[in-house]
Amino acid sequence: MTLALEHYLVLSAVLFTIGLYGALTRRNAIIILMCIELMMNAVNITMVAFSRYIVPTLLTGQVFAIFIIVVAAAEVAVGVAIILAIYRGVQDIDITKVDLMKW
Amino acid sequence: MGLVISFWLFGAVAILAAMGVVFLKNIFHAALSLILCLLMVAGLYVTLSADFLAAVQVLIYVGAISVLIILAIMMTREFQRGSPGNRLQTPAFVVAILFLGVLVYALTATTWPISGAAPIEPTTDALAFKLLGKDGFVLPVQIAAVLLLSAVLGAIVIAREK
Repeated sequence: MTLALEHYLVLSAVLFTIGLYGALTRRNAIIILMCIELMMNAVNITMVAFSRYIVPTLLTGQVFAIFIIVVAAAEVAVGVAIILAIYRGVQDIDITKVDLMKW
Repeated sequence: MGLVISFWLFGAVAILAAMGVVFLKNIFHAALSLILCLLMVAGLYVTLSADFLAAVQVLIYVGAISVLIILAIMMTREFQRGSPGNRLQTPAFVVAILFLGVLVYALTATTWPISGAAPIEPTTDALAFKLLGKDGFVLPVQIAAVLLLSAVLGAIVIAREK
């Protein structure tokens, strides 16, 4: 048995769904940030798998994956800063209790 | 054959670790589980012959991002409360399963234009030409630098004590 593109695509779909479920159901803001990281990694696996199996000599998917990693790093830095600012303001990072902007 | 075994091994551990991130009660254990999952993804990159990306994954995700997340856990002291769920458990589960079903169906029903060519190994040289060479991604690289700088400045401004 050999590996095909579909193996990687289904694996990353499963990882993405787990991250989605976590981001929808957890109440701790840090766990939600971690679930978003999981989803980004699932997308990265898809990018690299497409790059490997469809354009193996062009590497375009790997370049996209590098840019996704850059954006993810920026996103985590700003996300952690926002979580710390919220924690300083309301002494809590339970997102069901952070409802200042909810009408 | 070794490739197949390592794919199933890395894939299975990655999925278990991802489940751990969502379902573990202790936030710190969830963060460690996330680190394990990111390491397994680096292993998957190796099976896809993306050596440079595997190294970048270990450096940035396992090295830097996980440190940031653990730092955030330390500074918010939410340990005792664990990782509670909200009222959306059942609808979110249904949505996630439906989404997974549609995704897997679409992915397996499509015939992809698979190319049989051998992949480039090692990828470092080729990636450098692709990113910085002629007709490459030079402008996006510059924009990424500006994005990182503004993100760092924004993080400092937001998180600074008044």
